Amino acid sequence: MSREDYEVVIGLEVHAELSTRTKIFCSCSTEFGANENTHVCPICTAMPGALPKLNEKVVEYAVKAGLATNCSISQDSKNDRKNYFYPDLPKSYQISQFDKPLCNHGYVEIEDDDGNKKKVRILRIHIEEDAGKLNHDEYSSGSLVDLNRAGVPLIEIVSEPDLRSSGEADRYLKKLKSILQYINVSDCKMEEGSLRADVNVSIHKPGTELGTRHEMKNINSFKAIQRAIEYEIDSQIDDAENGKVIQQETMRWDDLEGRTFPMRSKEDAQDYRYFPDPDLVAIKLSDEYINNIKENLPELPESRKVRYMEEIGLSEKDADALVSSRRFSDIFEEAGKICNDYKSVCNWLTSDISRILNEGEMDPEEIPFKAKELAELVSLINDGTISSKIGKKVLEELFKEPRSPKKIIEEKGWVQISDESEIKEVVMTVLEANPQSIVDFKAGKDRALGFLVGQAMKATKGKANPQMLNKMFLEELKK
Amino acid sequence: MEEITTLTVHELSKKLENKELTSEKIVEAYAKRIEEKEKDVGAFVTVTAQQALEEAKRIDSENIDRENNKYAGIPIGIKDNICTKGVKTTCSSKMLENFVAPYDATVTQKINSEMLPSLGKLNMDEFAMGSSTENSAIKVTHNPWDLNKVPGGSSGGSAAAVAANMVPWALGSDTGGSIREPASFCGVVGLKPTYGLVSRYGLVAFASSLDQIGPITKDVEDSAILLNMIAGHDEMDSTSYDIPKIDYTASLKNDIKGKKIGVPKEFFGEGINEEVKTKLREAIEIYKELGAVVEDCSLDVAEYSLATYYIIACAEASSNLGRFDGIRYGYRAKDFSNLKELFTNSRTEAFGDEVKRRIILGTYVLSSGYYDAYYKKAQKVRTLVKNKFDECFKKYDVLLTPVAPTTAFEIGSKLNNPMEMYLADICTVSINIASVPAISIPCGVDSKGMPIGMQLIGNRFNEETILNVAYAFEQKIEFRENYKPSC
Repeated sequence: MSREDYEVVIGLEVHAELSTRTKIFCSCSTEFGANENTHVCPICTAMPGALPKLNEKVVEYAVKAGLATNCSISQDSKNDRKNYFYPDLPKSYQISQFDKPLCNHGYVEIEDDDGNKKKVRILRIHIEEDAGKLNHDEYSSGSLVDLNRAGVPLIEIVSEPDLRSSGEADRYLKKLKSILQYINVSDCKMEEGSLRADVNVSIHKPGTELGTRHEMKNINSFKAIQRAIEYEIDSQIDDAENGKVIQQETMRWDDLEGRTFPMRSKEDAQDYRYFPDPDLVAIKLSDEYINNIKENLPELPESRKVRYMEEIGLSEKDADALVSSRRFSDIFEEAGKICNDYKSVCNWLTSDISRILNEGEMDPEEIPFKAKELAELVSLINDGTISSKIGKKVLEELFKEPRSPKKIIEEKGWVQISDESEIKEVVMTVLEANPQSIVDFKAGKDRALGFLVGQAMKATKGKANPQMLNKMFLEELKK
Repeated sequence: MEEITTLTVHELSKKLENKELTSEKIVEAYAKRIEEKEKDVGAFVTVTAQQALEEAKRIDSENIDRENNKYAGIPIGIKDNICTKGVKTTCSSKMLENFVAPYDATVTQKINSEMLPSLGKLNMDEFAMGSSTENSAIKVTHNPWDLNKVPGGSSGGSAAAVAANMVPWALGSDTGGSIREPASFCGVVGLKPTYGLVSRYGLVAFASSLDQIGPITKDVEDSAILLNMIAGHDEMDSTSYDIPKIDYTASLKNDIKGKKIGVPKEFFGEGINEEVKTKLREAIEIYKELGAVVEDCSLDVAEYSLATYYIIACAEASSNLGRFDGIRYGYRAKDFSNLKELFTNSRTEAFGDEVKRRIILGTYVLSSGYYDAYYKKAQKVRTLVKNKFDECFKKYDVLLTPVAPTTAFEIGSKLNNPMEMYLADICTVSINIASVPAISIPCGVDSKGMPIGMQLIGNRFNEETILNVAYAFEQKIEFRENYKPSC
């Protein structure tokens, strides 16, 4: 039997850090990268007697996320305590939501492996607090607790088990990430841990009951998630084929070794003793509140895509590529507006810029330059100040050290030669040096013109205006 | 001149106003009294009389506007589960024996802004779990009326200190009777406010949905004065209510003619000591003389309150006390070889038996498979109890009951019988379950001369009425004038 005989069932629990300025239950900063234990207070360090106070922005952001993923918003929600002991969890319970999450029953649309549209259902979205971080001290056997992250707000987005391949899982995650970025509720920086996923994978033969699942906790890169899923599918099919019964287990993905390891079985599953947090009151939301958020929701990628196709006349492929990331799409709109040449901006983004990002394994969020710099680059080419060839060199400079393209070409002396007498001088020199080409051209070999232009470009280090060269060579040759 | 430490706060305030006394003199008198009596009573975990004296001198030297700061310079005592920046907050537990809070509780901030110098932190049952203060890991507190007897609990240190004139007034906390029962045992006045009237921010949590901070005072007027200071909405406590500010002294002295008092028969049944019942019947007669309308009534869900209370309180406590894990502050075991042992050994070595008992009970009732049968059911009963109280308050202004089934008992007599100890709370827990306010005031003494308390229960946020009804009775029987503790 082979892989085709099995159906893969995947569900994801995605944790996204919300980009509120302050923590979920106190007014400490959520900023990443501060010195250990500097963004802390009696509340987030769980001093005796301290009480949580719900940050209203967190509710607002979660409602935004719910609305953007087609969820219904609960008007009567609450916080619950999830009890367990761990040194990074100062209260020994995490304030989360158990049976009354803020958002229920939504979906996002992705493409399946055959390119058809598919809805991935979302079971729920709830708000909760992040735990701190354990740093392992290299000089001793102990660990050091950093509570800066304790109390940073998270939303957990739980999907239904609707995904059928690692590719679908990847597209779903990327879609979620882009939605959360579009509505400005999370920066989704995976390298800072602000987007992480728990992945549930099972296999079964079509027409039979669902298989027993393995859950892999806290994977924080798209690549690792895909690899982990692939590994689990292979290993589960292997087990099934060898008659081994798959146990419900929590696994840990080891990215270096490229395999999963069992963490704990169902029997050692912890009893979290969820109960309503008596320190907090019910979260009651009015229709007015929800409608207000709905009306002010930023434009979502789907709608941007339609606009790009209908109003700007882009192909679906280009439009898709642009809206896949909020940063891309924002640069496209802003730069297009400044230089009034959306198509050229689109070309730069989907070809050269994408290539450079891919080569550097960078996210669009890591593009160092501003939209107005790209717009300037396009304008410089359009008005003939530089050739598109020089344009590519300018782009590389923009990635290295972002600054005004005008400045770059001035510094580097890349300004295109468009002065008629200068061009004429070059043309005459080249013609003098290549009498055979003149003969060839006159004998009807058009290729000779290209050669001559090439020589002229070489002589000017690519700075001569190619259109002017063409025109002037033709004039001289026809004399 | 009368002994300074026997005066009430409103009396002291007058003497400060007309310059018969200075704050320094008052604090000095208390410092001296504490020095004399602490070895017998054992009310304090930490004495800060020296700091209080410095503070008093500062207040005297500044020209305080007495009109707006009538009580500035009158000292206070604080139960040791209320956080005080820079001074130890131990909860009378080995777990927090050396814990110094880095912040002030909201009530601490309020008494600081009222310029009440703190004489120190008062003993209690460990983490407020108990009814006799015998569960303190720090020391035993003795009842000033009979040093062989308990002061009640858990705010036993606060009640004993007020009764023994070691502080003019004190803050306590009440989860199931922890202000009212010790007030009753020590012959002082204790008020448990409506849940949500006083901020819990900085009160080390025992059972979050039941805990309230309240005043323990020599008389009803002082109780109203201290309540004025500590009541009010606090942004730091989401469960505190935003209601218009009330002056609790304003209607204190009103005539109570025509006030309707209900006497729930369930509080006068078996298990309530005959002498207690007799004194309460006498109190009822006094109320009739004062023109109140007294009727028997029924609170038939009260009998389920004790079980409901212990389920909810223990469930919340089991979670609230999780933070004492030996990681960030408090006691940490010396011997451990892994993380689990660090947690287990620290908690095993530093929590007392009663605390452990309640954590185990609470963990059990919240565990999956038992949650519905215990915790969820208890929440439903809690709603029934609330409804029943609501019903009663449609008919009556206040309800009158005993505070405790007996007067103060001998130290050590109930230590080996937790169930009997839990029964000491039988008359008080339903009030916390229903989130309503209640006051405990002395209504006489038993044949051994031990004080008997009377409980007056009011509707939610109607502290004014119970204070008014209590005041009228107090003026009539003149308990403080007629009876004095031996100590």
